[in-house]
This record gives sequence, structure tokens and C-alpha cells, in this order.
Amino acid sequence: MVSFTKPKIRRKNEPTNDIGLIRSDYDGAMSTLCAGCGHDSVTAAMGRAFFELAIEPYRAVKVSGIGCSSKTTTYFMSQAHGNNTVHGRMPAVATGAMAANADLTYIGVSGDGDSLSIGLGQLVHAMRRNVNMLYMLENNGVYGLTKGQFSAAADIGSTAKKGGANEMAPIDPCALALSVGATFVARSFSGDKEQLVNLIKAGLKHKGFAIIDVTSPCVSFNDHKGSTKSYEHTFKYYHKAVHADYVPPSAEIRASYEDGETMPIELHDGGVINLRKLDNGYDPTDRASAFSKVLESGQSDEILTGLLYIDETTKDMTTRKNLPKRALNTIDYAELNPGANKMAGLMKEFG
Amino acid sequence: MSGPALNDFVIRVANVNGTGSASANGLLMKAIFRMGIPVVGKNVFPSNIQGLPTWYEMRVNEDGYTGRSGEIHLMIAMNAETYAKDLASVSPGGYLLYDSTWPRPSMLQRDDITVMGVPFSQMVNDTFTHARSRILMKNMAYVGAVAALINLDMDVVRKMVEDMFASKTKLIPSNMQALELGLNYVTDNIDHPLPFTLEKRDKTNGKVMIDGNTAAGLGCVYGGATVGAWYPITPSTSVMDSFSKYCHKLRIDPETGEHKFAIIQAEDELAAAGLAIGAGWNGARSFTPTSGAGISLMNEFIGFAYYTETPTVFFDIQRVGPSTGMPTRTQQCDITTTAYCSHGDTKHIVLYPADPKECFEMSVNALDLAERFQAPVFVLSDLDIGMNDWMIDALTWDDNYVPDRGKIVTREQLEDGFEFFRYLDVDGDHIPYRTLPGTHPTKGAYFNRGSGHNKYGRYTEDGEEYKEVVDRLADKWFSARSHLPAPVIRKSAHKTKAAILAIGSSDGAIIEACDRLGKTGLHLDYMRVRGFPFADEVEDFMAAYDTIYVVEQNRDAQLRSLLINETNVLKAKLIPVTYYAGDPLSYKFVMEAISEHTAIRKTA
Repeated sequence: MVSFTKPKIRRKNEPTNDIGLIRSDYDGAMSTLCAGCGHDSVTAAMGRAFFELAIEPYRAVKVSGIGCSSKTTTYFMSQAHGNNTVHGRMPAVATGAMAANADLTYIGVSGDGDSLSIGLGQLVHAMRRNVNMLYMLENNGVYGLTKGQFSAAADIGSTAKKGGANEMAPIDPCALALSVGATFVARSFSGDKEQLVNLIKAGLKHKGFAIIDVTSPCVSFNDHKGSTKSYEHTFKYYHKAVHADYVPPSAEIRASYEDGETMPIELHDGGVINLRKLDNGYDPTDRASAFSKVLESGQSDEILTGLLYIDETTKDMTTRKNLPKRALNTIDYAELNPGANKMAGLMKEFG
Repeated sequence: MSGPALNDFVIRVANVNGTGSASANGLLMKAIFRMGIPVVGKNVFPSNIQGLPTWYEMRVNEDGYTGRSGEIHLMIAMNAETYAKDLASVSPGGYLLYDSTWPRPSMLQRDDITVMGVPFSQMVNDTFTHARSRILMKNMAYVGAVAALINLDMDVVRKMVEDMFASKTKLIPSNMQALELGLNYVTDNIDHPLPFTLEKRDKTNGKVMIDGNTAAGLGCVYGGATVGAWYPITPSTSVMDSFSKYCHKLRIDPETGEHKFAIIQAEDELAAAGLAIGAGWNGARSFTPTSGAGISLMNEFIGFAYYTETPTVFFDIQRVGPSTGMPTRTQQCDITTTAYCSHGDTKHIVLYPADPKECFEMSVNALDLAERFQAPVFVLSDLDIGMNDWMIDALTWDDNYVPDRGKIVTREQLEDGFEFFRYLDVDGDHIPYRTLPGTHPTKGAYFNRGSGHNKYGRYTEDGEEYKEVVDRLADKWFSARSHLPAPVIRKSAHKTKAAILAIGSSDGAIIEACDRLGKTGLHLDYMRVRGFPFADEVEDFMAAYDTIYVVEQNRDAQLRSLLINETNVLKAKLIPVTYYAGDPLSYKFVMEAISEHTAIRKTA
């Protein structure tokens, strides 16, 4: 089997973004996932978000692990370098790449198996380091490529297509992220493109580790009655708590919002994320209250979505490590090498 | 046997770890070095922080032999727990010094050695009041005692104490006082000096005492590495300590305070490998230091780097395996695993340093080779090289050095029409071109994947396309053999049909064994291999002898297996000589093993 290249069609009067690119400039290879897979909608949302943010595709880096979701990095932005790494180990590769060149925009795409079972350790530590990247967790509660085993995200009582119900507690990526210090925590649904695109844009612009847990149903192995990750179940229990809009630095930022309902969060690039609280009393800048809200929703059938938590004050990894403004991989060797004279001086220490 | 004689003897100090003895032992050794007399130190320590036995062995040898001799001429027994063992280990005719505050009749059970008592504890307890300083000062007291026994130059010692406490000068008088306690007691009460003493020489000019891990870390600084990732593991930790120390000293922009390096402590070795690979893929020179247990964990990522052709340097500072093994003891037990790490058909470039100087040089080599061959490259050092102080020529640097970045396609080349495909062998040298993320808006992007790919870098499940890539990988690996540090051949003065072949830290013991066996009429040539894939000279060398002793520090004769696997040598010609008890190899062991084999052969 080989990959398919999508034909590029440029229509007349096709809308362009601020850098003159059209939406299809953000396309990649043709998807080989099952028809109706939630992941394809997420891929489309990622392409759309990059397009709307007018990020040049070649200045982005796509990283992924192993699994259905991880395959999707080939399906958008073919002019961006991609790295389809080792199962559950994408965060380490992304972090190393980030250290080498922090000038690029990093997006990681993973699934619930890749992130919450084999890769749980790496995910947690990338969050602790506050690596400046957006991590998309396409969550369908099931292992697709190996045909239908439960993942660690499966809810208690959710049934498998063949066989019984899951009895073990699920790992909730948002609760996990809040507990280990992630600085941008969101949940969404592949079926809500409007919310998803906005969250992706905000996540890409956030300086630090942003995670979006996206319920993304698996039509082949986990879309049946009894599954809590099906389209039907998700549509039914889907609940929006906070709405997020990214406003770029150049745009005029309206200051007057109705009190108590909106909250502008200023970003490092000068842009703003405008948060519109749909639930009264929800404060997405307070980790403890976000945590309790997430836990509460976990007790019920409700699927709490939106930008659940944001913290723009904690330093990201490169800032904390005092890395130069220019990328490490662009520093000339002459600047890195101390030279022969210095060596002679150093050797005195050992004489 | 070697010594004891003037400037030729072995001192072993038995201590309890966590008592500050390391700095006293370092002082003792450095003082000998500063008297111009070659000396090497081997630290035998437990996997523990405080309270267990530790030994420090110094071999003074003005002929410059660096291996262990296997003899102990003067034992400084400062740990009552190990008195019995320490007493038994002294060579006949040797000396033992112990703390006679609590006299031990059991110390007198050997009539072939001389036992000397110095009441160290009593003296320091009478002189110092603070509990911790009593412990520390006992160390200085035995340095003073040893000084009197072997004619150590006290002016040198006093100068070093002043330097040692230059920033805490109020500690100088008490340390000096402790030195004098030991020195005066021996002077007044014990027959001295011993029959073997020190005498000033000028044989350490231009030399330094440095450990291999420090040298490797410095090599990474000079080689231009910018990203180092690691998970702490004995005995490799000090590689990163050194890189960090010299980066902080030499790589911080004085104006902006910006760090021209990134050091990331990983959550485990898997992550450390991934971090280094991510950085290497993105165009930074990167490395990760670890030991065998870490290599085991990194296996999957190493296969990924091999198949995706991602440059990264792995330092394996070997310790005793398998499993946790003996973390603070030395072996050469990862020869096989580093050669073929990871599942599927994988073969790697491995460098075998023999001393700290080569650790430095090969760090730079490895960074070059990784980028030139777009592959993971291993530097296979060991605990003995990595953590012990060796006397080597002072490290130097050639300012004309230019890093070999390999084939990285630039934006300009792409603009000029260079047609980029990630795994295409354009030049016929088996090495493809790579681009770095962010290079060009419309040309040059590719998708890096550990899954099947064809020469254009695209996904494939087509058998022929798959084979085309992995066959090139094998050719690429094999072509590296002439680019690695060449083997070192040491010829005996006489024509001989017998030889030794070895790698790494066995070097000192082997050279000495060759010299001593030569005096008995058994002449041996010696090749020290420095890289894998093996250079053509390795095969040529083996063809020229009837018997080749493959000396190595592991149970399974891994180097021998690798030679049999990768060359056409006749298996029967390769005689395994293996030492794997965890302490550094001694010339005595090599001599005895080879003599024994020769004797058996003669009688058979």
C-alpha cells in the first residue's frame, strides 16, 4: 500500500489568509482511516486552525506516536516536517526537537492508547516541563489498529463491541493534566468543529504545554450502543463550559464585555484569548476550581468541554532554561567551541 | 612481579564510604603526581552513600604502566569491618598500617608481612572536638603517616592543602595539624621509611590526571553538542556533570546570560534517547550518556534512529550486568548489545576508547560520524575509564577543526533546483541527504517514520522498496569502517605468530603483560581495535598469526564472537581470555592466563 496524494485544486476567488495561502495549502496526504472516523474531522480542524492563524506550514513541526490518531499527521500540512516516532514516546522527541529549535510551532497528535497507557510517563513529564507545544489527544476509548481492546480512557461500564463492560477507572487526561501542572487544558469533540478550531488556535498560541482532549469516536470498534465514546453518547451528554476565541495581536481588541461572563487572557505574542464562561462561577484561571469541576463532571454522564484551564504565567521550558532567542541549531560552531587557549587554561585544573 | 621498589609499588587504602576519604586519597595521589612520578588510581566503591566499605588503590610506577598489577605492597586499613580481608590481601613481604587506638591481636596472624599501628582515632579525638571534623581529620592524619613512610614530599602536600581550602582558609590550620599528627607519630615511633619510597622525577610534565567521563563531557562541549539529555545512572552520571560544568563556564553569553546549550534531565532512559534523537533530527548535535541498563531501555529508540537515519551519540559507560548487576564495578559487557542494539536487522557504529584522552577525542569523532553517516553512534567506555583518574597527556585542541555536519540541504540549494528525496543515494556513497524542519516553504519537507519507507521517504509495504532501503543501510554502515579511529598495533621486538587483540581499558594491563611475557621468551604482538564496523586492518592482522588471544572483560567473550561474526577469521585461532570479576583488569591476570594456555599447548 502506498500513500495517496490529494489533488490540489485552486478555485477562483478562493479565500486566502494573511500570508496569501488558501485552505488547501494546509492539506496533506489522503486519509487512510475508516470512513466517518472522528480523527478525520480533527485533522480538518487542525488544518483550518493553522490556515486561520496564517502560520506558514513549513514553520510548523508535526509529531506523533503510534496508532490511528498518530497516522493523521500525514493528512495535513504536507509542507511541514513530520515525525512519526515510537509508540508513546512522541513527547520526548518533540521536547528534544523543541530544544534544538524553539522558533517553530510544534503540534503533537496522539491517541488515548499512545498517551494514557504506553506513553503516560512521557505525557506527564512533557506537561511538567511546560514544553511549548499543542498536544492533541484524539480520544476514542479503544485500540483501533489492533481491533477493539479497551484503552485506559474507557469509562467504567462502557461496553466493548465484542464482550463485556470495562470495570477499571478511566484516566481522564484533563484531570491528569491539571494535577501535574499543564498550563492549558481543554476538552472538545470531533463533532464540534467550531469549538475545536477555536481551541486549537488558542492552544497553538499559548506559550507552554497545551493539551486538548478530543472525544473522537471510532466508527469501527467503539460507536455501538453501550459505548460512552460513541457519536450518539457524546452528542447527548456534551456540555460546553467555557468558550475560547483567539484574537491575534494585530486585531483590535474590544475591551468591553459583559461583566462576569468574559475574561480576556493576554498571550505572550500580544494576542488575546477571550474566554466566554457558559457556566456561571467557572474560573478557568483557577486550577483548583477547574480540577473540582472536571472531577464533578466525571461523576456524572456530562462531558465537560471548552478551555477548562489556562495559565500564561508559568515559564515554558525554553524560557526556564534560558535558551537564546535564536534557535540552538542556528548557532555557529565558532560560538560553541571554546578554542585551544581555553583548553590550555582548563587543563591547569587537572595538573 | 612488579615492585616493590623505588617509585614502583601499590598502596591500597581501605575506608568506609561517606567519611570524606576520597579527598584525602585524591590528595595523596595528586601529591605523588606532582612529585613527577606517574601514578594511577582505582576506586573500588559500593553502590551506597554512607557506611559501606570502599577501597582506593594507587599504583606508583615510574615506567608509566597504567594497568593494575594485582599486588598490594602497603595497605592502609582504616575500616575495621574489612580488616580480615585487607590483611589477607597484602602481598607477601608487604606492609599494613591500621588504627591501633583499639589494638587487634588478630592483625598479627600473618608472619610474612609487617603490621604497623598508629592510634589515629585517639590522636584526632584528643586534638579535635567536633564529631565530623574528627572523622575528616583522621583521613588527613593517615596521609601524614603515609607521607613519612614513603618519603612523600610534605611541601607539595602542604601547598595542595592550601590550594584545596583557598576559599575556606580557616580550615587550613586544622588540616595541617592533622597531617602533622600522622607524620610525627610515624617519625617518632615506626621504622621508616619503608624499603619502597618515592623520589622526585620529571615524568609527569605535560600530563594531567583526569577521568574519562569528565573528558567525554568536555569533548561534547568542544565537539559543538548543544543538546544533552540523560537519566542519572552510575557510572555515567559524571559525563553530564562535566558537560554541564563546562557549558556553564564556557557557553553562557556574557551579555545576555543566554545558554547556548540545553541540558534536559529525562524521566527515564527511553525519554533521554527520544530527547537526543528529537534534537539530532532537528539539526542540533546531541548526545545521551548512560550505562548498559539504560541501553536496554533505549533499544526501541535506537532502532528508530537507525532506520530513520537520525544522528545522535550514545555514551555507554559500562558497568557489571546483567540486570542491575554490580552498578559500581567495571566490565566490558555491552560489546554485543551496542553492536546490534534493537530489533530487526540493525548494526551500529561503535567507538572503543581506552583512556580519558580517547574519551575526549572520540566524543568529537562520534558527533562527526553521527552526522556524516546519519546514524546513532556509540562511545563504549566503562566505569574504570569513566570514573577513575588516569594520567594522560594534557588535552589539546586544534583550532582548525571543522565539524563534519554531513549532508544537510540548505534553502539555497533547494532554491537552486536540488531535488530532495530523503533516502535517495544521490552520490553513490550510500548516504542520503536530509533537510531540517523549517527550511523551505515548498520544497524539502519530509515525513520521518520508523515504519516501512522507500527511497523517496514515502510509506511502503512493498518488499522490493523496503529492501532497497535496508540494503543501502547495511552498505552505509559497512562503509564507515575506514572512517573510524584506526586500530593501534604494537609489535613485539621479536617475530612472533601469537598476538593479543582487545579493546578499551584492558590496554594498560595488556601492554605490561606483553612486556613481561616478552622477558620470559613469549613474544606477543598486540592490536587494539578502536571501532566497529571493524577496519580492514583487523582482518589482515588476524590472518597473520596462528594464535590470537582475545582479551576482554566479560564472561561470554563478546568481542571474540563479534570478530567471528563479522570477519572471516578461523574461530579456532581466537583464544578467549576473559576477566569479569568487576575490578579493573591486572597485567598479572593476562600474563597468567596466556602463560597457562601456552603451557597446556606445549604439553598437549
